[in-house]
Amino acid sequence: MGHFYGRGRFSMADEIFFLTELLGLKVYDLKGRRLGLIKDAVLVPLIHPSRVDRFLVGGGWAWLTVRHDQIRSISLDGIYLKDEQLTPYHSDEYMLRLVRDLLDQQIIDGQGRKVVRVTDVTFKLQHEDGSDVLSILDIDIGLRSMLRRLAQGVAPPRWIRRVQTIIPPHSIRWEHCSILESDPQRRLRLNISNKILERMHPADLADIVEDLSPDDREAIFETIDSEVAAETLSEMEPDVQASILESLETEKAADIVEEMSPHDAADALAELEEKTSEEILEEMEQEPKEEVEELLEYHEHSAGGLMNTEFVALPENTTVAGAMDALRAHEEILENLNTLFLVDSGDQLKASIPLARLFTAAGATPLRELASELLLQVDVKERQDRITELFDKYNLLTLPVIDDEGKLAGVITADEIISLLREK
Amino acid sequence: MIKRFRYQIAIFLSVIGPGIITANVDNDSGGILTYSQAGAKYGYLPLWTLIPITLLLIVTQEMCSRMGAVTGKGLSDLIREEFGLRTTFFMMIALVLTNFTNVIAEFAGIASSLELFHISRYISVPICAVAVWFLVVRGNYRSAEKIFLVACCLYVTYIVSAFLLKPDWKEAAIYSVKPILMFDTDYITMLIAMVGTSIAPWMQFYLQSAIVEKGITAKEYVQSRVEVVVGCILTDVVAFFIIVSCATAIWAHGPKDINDAADAAVALKPFGRYAYLLFSAGLFNASFFAACILPLSTVFTVCEGLGFESGVDKRFNEAPEFYWLYTLLIVLGGGVILWPNFPLIKMILASQVLNGILLPFVLIYMVLLINKKGLMKEWTNSAAYNTVAWVSVAIMIGLTLALASITVKQLMQAQATPARSAPVAQSEHFPKMQGYDSGRHALKADVGESRIAHLIRQTLGIRKFAD
Repeated sequence: MGHFYGRGRFSMADEIFFLTELLGLKVYDLKGRRLGLIKDAVLVPLIHPSRVDRFLVGGGWAWLTVRHDQIRSISLDGIYLKDEQLTPYHSDEYMLRLVRDLLDQQIIDGQGRKVVRVTDVTFKLQHEDGSDVLSILDIDIGLRSMLRRLAQGVAPPRWIRRVQTIIPPHSIRWEHCSILESDPQRRLRLNISNKILERMHPADLADIVEDLSPDDREAIFETIDSEVAAETLSEMEPDVQASILESLETEKAADIVEEMSPHDAADALAELEEKTSEEILEEMEQEPKEEVEELLEYHEHSAGGLMNTEFVALPENTTVAGAMDALRAHEEILENLNTLFLVDSGDQLKASIPLARLFTAAGATPLRELASELLLQVDVKERQDRITELFDKYNLLTLPVIDDEGKLAGVITADEIISLLREK
Repeated sequence: MIKRFRYQIAIFLSVIGPGIITANVDNDSGGILTYSQAGAKYGYLPLWTLIPITLLLIVTQEMCSRMGAVTGKGLSDLIREEFGLRTTFFMMIALVLTNFTNVIAEFAGIASSLELFHISRYISVPICAVAVWFLVVRGNYRSAEKIFLVACCLYVTYIVSAFLLKPDWKEAAIYSVKPILMFDTDYITMLIAMVGTSIAPWMQFYLQSAIVEKGITAKEYVQSRVEVVVGCILTDVVAFFIIVSCATAIWAHGPKDINDAADAAVALKPFGRYAYLLFSAGLFNASFFAACILPLSTVFTVCEGLGFESGVDKRFNEAPEFYWLYTLLIVLGGGVILWPNFPLIKMILASQVLNGILLPFVLIYMVLLINKKGLMKEWTNSAAYNTVAWVSVAIMIGLTLALASITVKQLMQAQATPARSAPVAQSEHFPKMQGYDSGRHALKADVGESRIAHLIRQTLGIRKFAD
């Protein structure tokens, strides 16, 4: 809907207004006297997410505030008021000032999944019973809005509107934008929602966050849902993980690390300074903490350092139906599961069963009969190059790792090997 | 304990890079030839500039890396956010133009280094342009970078050569600390070029982005600062030995202009028949290295500042501005070289002058930015630091204005006497038209200014330099 002006239908042009046109517009009182020029437009997101709530007018030595309901008409010829009771401007934490806080700053384009820089803002101009209201329609990026910025104040606005049609528009709908604000308190006051971010795929969000400055990263992780934060963090490079965890409050960092898989958590904590990682561990719940601490013991480049503890081990005599029940109870790890393990009463690894074989077997079949012929396993101390060799040679998806006592300690999955090889 | 120690080393190794890489790219073809020219034409005279240049280099590079570490944003990002689109736009236009001449200079360096081996520029330049494009866009630039860095050890040949040539060390030492100013176009142009090549505007953008990309934070910044300072000193140590080698090997036998790579290679003559090979390899490496970094850094800076998508991991239709500008810089930069009778060496020197002219503007914005409390928190400049920075800006503007006024004056003269043609070209065509005269012109300048030098020489009992 925001794009009909892109086809050059400027007879209806007054429906659309640009921030570049708004700035410097003259403001007239009831008697037609000039009060000053528009300096900024203000949104109060707690009241309305897109309507321009106030205009800041600069005339003499102080700026004045014009509320949206004090305005009779807005056009390229100026702004005419219907109420002259103007108050002086006071800075307010609840205000999003478009020129100061938005123009030329970076925002996140939730639909295009990238960070963009605001060049101009497109408003929708509505005539509501005797007053004109502006609301944000699009955030403009790209060449067309750049032309407007460069020509602003130099060429007449109507001329700019005509000339710009030779360049295709490039805009993002306001409702797809997520503003960056590095102060978490102000994020709340400005009602900046993380919904757009939380809806993205963690890998996309990770890419975006890596592009941001440390302050903005911190602010996002400080306010975002811990589970999403954990998934996003797992997708990032270890050094970025470390710098983010270090910047967060210990408590928040612990919440996030708890939500990560023990393997990812251990990798991230291993990158931190010992003191910081101990503080974070201190804040964690008992169970995830122990798992992570165990993994932290292993050398980074050994089987122990590569493995994760998300596996399903079942007693030797389990049937297919029993296995299905067990899987139903562990929905959360199903997505990446491809192998089941059988262990005896002493937790010694006995067999591995490719998950897909369960579907072709009758419910009463003992799992033992579905086992792979070859039971490959490695010791926690095994070197990583030997492990990659095994994956290559036997086309593995999952490789069980056993500890010094022969107990099943964890599994190494193929995606870990892919990451490892890509690093080289 | 051991873990702690390893952690420290890891930190140091992880921050090593941006400063040292920038320092090495700094001595690109423009650098090598500008220093060679300075030494060949004015002998030890310009050596005094190296100390202030090093100081200025450290001050600017340190500010950039500090801004990168504290804000986590590139320089053009910050200029855009704090000064708006219009300022950024004109800054970027100026930067693209200046960097374009620098790219030409890099390809000129590639062409002239290979012409020493009679490889035609019509073969070398297109091949290298294509190689650069693919190496950066499709290839593995990261591993190539290590090779370039190792090859930068070729600069050691200048140090060895300087010692083998047995220069007049006393003279060199005196002129390293004794400022000599002459109101002479060639000399002032040379000074601006020397500052411009050492402290190129694009380097500030490049270094800051590199610091950001490395993820160096305010906390790790102390190590990073050491590396940046070491890099700066390294740059100018190499510059010192290039000037000394050229002064001894060329200027001592009569001041002259460097007109092609063969002239400059004379500085390495103690290596006998390997001199050409070493010079050519060094120049080629420096040019090719910079030809990889410079266009890419330019495009990143522009896209960052103007808000275009950028990155070699993007597809063409995701980041069209990025790829178009990058490709144009390389294609046109290389293409200009193939213009018949294109004066390679002069182009290289001219590009360094443009650098010197743009630099003060970049510096002004840098100092303004780094003093913003909201941006830099407790990391803003101290008063003393600001003084140094503003004085440097003033000196650079002074030099630029001096050059401009001289150019204008000559332009007026040129109308009277057609023999003295176009202004900038004048200083450059001069030697070719009146080859020998230019030498005498420089000598005359030396004699003219050297009354003080003469006194010092008498009091110190040093033999008269230049025989």
